[in-house]
Amino acid sequence: MNAKLRRLLSWEGLLLAILLVVATLNTNLAPAYLSLNNQINLFQLSIEKIMVALVMTFIIINGEIDLSVASIMGLAACVVAVLFEQGVPLVAAIVVALLAGLLCGAFNGFWVAYVGLPSLAVTLAGMIGFRGIARILIEDRSIGGFPAWFTTLGQQPLLGPFPFSLLLFGSLFALAFVILHYSGVGRLVYVVGHNAAVARYSGVDVPRLKLGLFCASGLIAALAGVLLAARLGAVRGNTADGFELDIITMVLLGGVSIFGGAGTLGGVGLSILLILNLRNGMSLMNVTGNVQTGVVGMLLILSVLLPNLAHVARDRWQRRAMQRKEVQASIETSASS
Amino acid sequence: MNSWRQRIRPEQIRELSLVGLIVIALLVFGWQIENFLSARTFNRITTSVAIVGMVAIGQTLVVLTRNIDLSVGSIVGFTAYFVGAQLAANPTMPPAAAVALAVLVGGAMGLFNGVIVAYGRVPAIITTLGTLAIYRMLLINYANARTITVDSLPSWVVELSRQTLLTIGDFAVRPLFAITIIAVIVFQFVLGYTIFGRRLYAIGSNPEAARFAGLPVQQTVLAAFVLCGMLAGLAGFLFLSRFGNITAVAGQGIELESVAAVVVGGVNTFGGSGTVFGALLGAFLIDLLGQGLLRWLGISEFWRDALLGLLILLAVASDSVILGWLRRLWAAPAVRVEAGNER
Repeated sequence: MNAKLRRLLSWEGLLLAILLVVATLNTNLAPAYLSLNNQINLFQLSIEKIMVALVMTFIIINGEIDLSVASIMGLAACVVAVLFEQGVPLVAAIVVALLAGLLCGAFNGFWVAYVGLPSLAVTLAGMIGFRGIARILIEDRSIGGFPAWFTTLGQQPLLGPFPFSLLLFGSLFALAFVILHYSGVGRLVYVVGHNAAVARYSGVDVPRLKLGLFCASGLIAALAGVLLAARLGAVRGNTADGFELDIITMVLLGGVSIFGGAGTLGGVGLSILLILNLRNGMSLMNVTGNVQTGVVGMLLILSVLLPNLAHVARDRWQRRAMQRKEVQASIETSASS
Repeated sequence: MNSWRQRIRPEQIRELSLVGLIVIALLVFGWQIENFLSARTFNRITTSVAIVGMVAIGQTLVVLTRNIDLSVGSIVGFTAYFVGAQLAANPTMPPAAAVALAVLVGGAMGLFNGVIVAYGRVPAIITTLGTLAIYRMLLINYANARTITVDSLPSWVVELSRQTLLTIGDFAVRPLFAITIIAVIVFQFVLGYTIFGRRLYAIGSNPEAARFAGLPVQQTVLAAFVLCGMLAGLAGFLFLSRFGNITAVAGQGIELESVAAVVVGGVNTFGGSGTVFGALLGAFLIDLLGQGLLRWLGISEFWRDALLGLLILLAVASDSVILGWLRRLWAAPAVRVEAGNER
């Protein structure tokens, strides 16, 4: 247990060290980088993704995965846009979009939790299917022309220089932190992720927990989709396409185990900071978007590969140390006899 | 009663039911849609199944070992563009060299995936989600916003997809489809009757047991990924031959179509069961339903993805529920016999 704790600490320490290096490089590249405005702006540009990453942390710790989040984001954005185009009041359209997201999440959760299908297959179907529903709604059009209060939703400074969406993310992070690390539900998320069978035999209602998590994932993804539609000001069929890669990378780079049962929100917070700053730095260096995505892809692989290699190396080192001790002991016994 | 149970396994019933579904779909569409059972429909479906089917063979090998390869779409796109660019630069390149180049490039990308999954112990979904982005990045940088056009290619490349190999009645079999059918037959044999093939099943049904039994798990998984990459590379060549015009987004989404074909075709996502032939049937059924439903219901092309998602979910659900039920049915007599012996 102690060794595990130390490994997690060292992982977070490593993230912090890389973050400092990235921040120093960025400051040298552009002095404006450290300004509060740039830092807020850097969050704003990915605010939707990092919100969804919070729920994804719960889902992955619980031993599942949700590949459909980006499609739910796109669907929610399309629902808002299409309803608005039909003349429905925008507030009502937003509520319908959130409900649609909740429904998508419940749909995923039902098949995973109560039918027992692998979440990888179910949410892969959801990833294609929900995007398909969005395409049916919006076809190949682009819908924009939202009222001003919507397009500035979440972006105008609310408290000091901090805009609404950033404050919303902050409170969601605090809420998620308390739930995951200081509540009974949070413990259950770890227990089920560590060993679902043991949890079930101990009387935990595993299906209800999983259904709840997938519902939350759908709802937050829909909320993020609405905020994305507001920030972009126009919605198309491919809105939020491919976001799942970034979101899952943020969670796994934060030290959350893909096999479930381990990881912390603190680590995810650090990895979010790291990825945002890295992307910001690459933008400052005029690196194009697809190269940035490629770099994030490499980070995703390295974030799992490096700990594995370190683990193998340490095992080998420990075994060698043990052998050395045994040899020494045998020499001593032979010398004494 | 017992004799046919011993001869047919639940998995084979799954494939037979797939054939049944295809026949029913053909009959319904042929009855409802004018001119559906025509040479044109046959052509359209076989040409698109040729590419997805080729990728689905490799995907089957990987999924059988309880892994998944999401980078195949990027591999198809990269090889199609890369081989196209090489052919445009050296029009005299012999056809065999062009095909070999496609297979080699695809194999190298598969090797990278396989080493990280098998030796780096990174879950396949993570590795290939990452390489999906990395290979696409390589392609976009290599392409640099240029397009391969039909005019720049030697004429034999594009001719290949338009020729007719043999005709059965009105139906013409195109070389692309024939290549995929040959590959399916070869790999059906490899999976069923070679040591390597049986190892894939053994590893997928229980990786731990396979390791304790002394099977070379890491080498076998690596080989599955390399073969998957090579087949995706070959599919990239077919893609080039079919479309001729290749941009940096070529092949996007093929990874999902191949996974869909494999899952609908009855290959278990937990590994250990399924066949290449089933995956081809899956690809065929998806394309048939896509073409047929769009024309029958008069709905737009935009419905395609939603239908595909629903189809995958239904396939996975029916696999889990119906196969579980069938297996219990199969196991029941055996249990009864044992109980009888004890008495």
